[in-house]
Amino acid sequence: MPETIDKVAIQLKVNGKLYSLAVEPRTLLVELLREELNLTGTHVGCDTTYCGACTVLLNGASVKSCTMFAVQADGAEILTVEGLAKDGKLHPIQKAFGDSYGLQCGYCTPGLMLSTFQLVTKNHEPSENEIRKAIAGNTCRCTGYQNIFKAIRLAAQNMKGA
Amino acid sequence: MSGNGQKWVGKAVPRKEEERLLRGLGKFADDIKLHETLYLRFVRSPYAHAKIANISTAEAEKIPGVVCTLTGAEIASQTQPFIEIAPDAGGKIRDYPLAVSKVRYQGEPVAAVVAMSAAIADDGAEAVQVDYEALDPVVDAEQALTDASILHEDAGTNKVWNGVFEYGDVEKAFREAASVVEIDRMHFHRFSSTPLENNVVIGQWDPKDERIYYWCNNSFPSFAIQFLAAHLNVHIDRIRVQTFDIGGSFGIKITSYPQMAVCALASKKAGGRPIKWVETRSEHMTSSAHGNERTFRDTRVALDENGVITALTSRHIDDCGAYPRYEPLGCVIWSQVFPGVYRFKNARIDFSQAVTNKCPVGPNRGYSRMQHLWFLERVVDICAHELGIPADEMRLRNYIRPQEFPYTTPNGCVYDSGNYPKMLDLAKGLIGWDAWKKKQAEARKQGRMVGIGIGTTLDSGTNNFGQSQIVNPGAPFSGNSQGANCKLDIYGEVVVAVGSCPQGQGHETTAAQVVADVLNITPDLVTVRTGFDTERNVHTGFSGTYASQFAVSGLSAVHGAAQKLKAEMIRLGAHVLESKPEDLDFGIGGQGPEIRSKSNGKSINYWGLANIVNVNSAVLPPELYEVTLNCRYIWRAPFKVPDIKKKYGNLTMTYASQLHIAVVEVDRDTLIPKILDYVAIDDCGTVINPPIVEGQVYGATAHGIGAALLENCVYDEVGNMLTSTFSDYIPITAMNMPNVKYGHIETPSPHSYSGAKGMGEGGAAPIHTISAALQDALFDKGVFIQDSFNNADSLFRALHGEIGQTAKLVKVERRVGSKA
Ligand code: FES
Ligand code: FES
Repeated sequence: MPETIDKVAIQLKVNGKLYSLAVEPRTLLVELLREELNLTGTHVGCDTTYCGACTVLLNGASVKSCTMFAVQADGAEILTVEGLAKDGKLHPIQKAFGDSYGLQCGYCTPGLMLSTFQLVTKNHEPSENEIRKAIAGNTCRCTGYQNIFKAIRLAAQNMKGA
Repeated sequence: MSGNGQKWVGKAVPRKEEERLLRGLGKFADDIKLHETLYLRFVRSPYAHAKIANISTAEAEKIPGVVCTLTGAEIASQTQPFIEIAPDAGGKIRDYPLAVSKVRYQGEPVAAVVAMSAAIADDGAEAVQVDYEALDPVVDAEQALTDASILHEDAGTNKVWNGVFEYGDVEKAFREAASVVEIDRMHFHRFSSTPLENNVVIGQWDPKDERIYYWCNNSFPSFAIQFLAAHLNVHIDRIRVQTFDIGGSFGIKITSYPQMAVCALASKKAGGRPIKWVETRSEHMTSSAHGNERTFRDTRVALDENGVITALTSRHIDDCGAYPRYEPLGCVIWSQVFPGVYRFKNARIDFSQAVTNKCPVGPNRGYSRMQHLWFLERVVDICAHELGIPADEMRLRNYIRPQEFPYTTPNGCVYDSGNYPKMLDLAKGLIGWDAWKKKQAEARKQGRMVGIGIGTTLDSGTNNFGQSQIVNPGAPFSGNSQGANCKLDIYGEVVVAVGSCPQGQGHETTAAQVVADVLNITPDLVTVRTGFDTERNVHTGFSGTYASQFAVSGLSAVHGAAQKLKAEMIRLGAHVLESKPEDLDFGIGGQGPEIRSKSNGKSINYWGLANIVNVNSAVLPPELYEVTLNCRYIWRAPFKVPDIKKKYGNLTMTYASQLHIAVVEVDRDTLIPKILDYVAIDDCGTVINPPIVEGQVYGATAHGIGAALLENCVYDEVGNMLTSTFSDYIPITAMNMPNVKYGHIETPSPHSYSGAKGMGEGGAAPIHTISAALQDALFDKGVFIQDSFNNADSLFRALHGEIGQTAKLVKVERRVGSKA
């Protein structure tokens, strides 16, 4: 293992804010978000790209931020859970999760809401199968998914008006 | 005046926790960053059983950024082994948080490396050299009992506990039986409810005040500090534990105290800097805690001519992994539900627990009772089938009758309330029982394997810790208690603190509902402190969140504290408003929550009351000096110490019940079992917050379905764990979780102030139910579902005659007079 590791300069936009940073090549995107930018709403639940607790949107697509190096996000636009609410007001997806009792411990919720975001911005009437597929990569250990299904249906409805 | 008598308990009050969690502003242990933090990684054993010949940390310590290392030998020289709950021989086990001279399971920590960053700590851990001499591993509990290879030389045996639970007249019942059913072997598998957030500990041994501080997600801190203080040789008050938002526990996070010990000792060595350890998922899978595995041997069941079970004998062998830790409490906890939901009075169960070279077990959702309840449900289904009685009818003949509650079980437990036939009725209605029976008959004609199964189960809540004396007469525990504090703060805010540490169960919300009702205000006016903190001084030795009890122990404490506060407010209010106590009304006025006199119309708001007590006390007459508006209340469960010799006594306060029905099809080509329909009925007495209860039912159902069909902690014959990542373990996802039809009934508990029963664990109903449904699908193929875990592979082997052959494993003896 090298004594010192050269840092790499990157630029990225997170929740609308531009950052210029120097990161170690081995830093994962999720580590950058949590440790450097203090955006601790993005979580880590596994080490094999299974659970989706770390899901963020990267240029509009949902990605698992534990499975990307921070340097790969150079030039990208990222949305994390902290960027969902606007002017202090909950995003329709956040409202839907709350209104549907779609969370218990809340550890999976940020990732689930961002996977939902990708689905419901394009699809206001997702079928049951589309809903299940959209969150196939998001594990929730508390809710048994029933209220999450409800939340996503409601989120899609909420988005129609939004 | 608003707050006009509206009751909040029983309403779908939105959760107070939501706001921060939805915004990504929850405060989880890993989110906490302290100045000067160092990071800790464990070096873990690749062997299941081996001697440690040598550990060299020299190379690791040379790495720039590595601050120090720790080994088991070093820890053993400055600490006491952890307390063992077991009597001898199990009590002789010496358990340290890092392996000292040998390792006993794959993943056991042998050393720790502390560094400036998590990445450097990883590098350091890789540079630690450990030489092992492999020993024979024992991965099967029955084999362990032969003592061919001993795990703990100090104990001298792998059998850490044995006891016989016998009630009634077993021999007589067998003599008089119309039929006797014998079942050779059944097995409940090892799994873990694996909370999505792993264990996290930040520990600091601060040299300035010689105190140990923890910021962590342990879910039973009162228990942890008792173990830690004795282990670290410190006064228990020197340890402060704080928890915050916790990303699920399901019991698993009760057993993080060894890692907490290492963080404190590492901090001491590193000069008092905070040490952060964040468990990886692989570490969690191999070395946090699994649920108890259990084998049921030589089961004999006596039945009368109507198929009513009259007696049962069996031998149960529990596998607790490498160290008993929280065990052998599981050796008695199952007996809280000794007869399950059934009426039989005569039984003898010989119960042993063995250590094996696998991850230690911990209390996993449904802890120790689910294994037993699964066993009983299998017994009922097999007897029903062998005697030709339909599964639903068999249950109706054997259920405890609604009019028999409160029902005393053969071992002295008092089931508070319940109505199992009504739940069965409701479940059948919701799933369309008759229609499914027809569809099933048609499917069978086409050669399809469709089964319908019923699982009836119990979620016993609020333990009598006196049962620990049944496993160890010297154990200093009995009863149960919980603390809460309710106060008007200096500016009059209503603030509640409880000794629980919730992980998504909505304690902040339900506690606020209870207080709002007492004071006739709204729940949003009640602040409930999040998480646990020893410094709040509201905990007792039992405080934490486990064992389905908050609705009883936690809310009783909150209710008691709120009433105490109310009584003080009345005393003070009567003085200030120059009114008789009985003329005072509580509610919300123009200036917030207030007390108002009905006789003279005067009122004072909470700010005014708090002001007098806290900052304007010269106006208080001396006779009111004892009014503090800061009320601590300790609720105690009215238990007695059980009769240890007879193993008899009331072990639990409330018995929530669940009845599930599943329709399952085993695909003819792939043998993959698929759930076609599913219904879950719950009875937890009076419901405090319906959507929260419903959510708990769904969650427990997902855990049970996952455990029945997907989730299995698999070890090979030399003790390698084959399911050490989520990708191998496959926790249930949205793709394989069926839609669940939910229903509930309410039989209020006479044992709790509100009629509520503790709930949340769910009794692992889906495991029983899916086993029953698979059994129903495969009976006519001669297959006997003898394991709680079933997938395409095990079903293939069963259908090809390798395992689970009814003809070999189940025997029926019919005697004269048997109608069935
Ligand atoms: S933490 Fe990224 S998928 Fe689990
Ligand atoms: S709410 Fe706890 S993991 Fe989903």
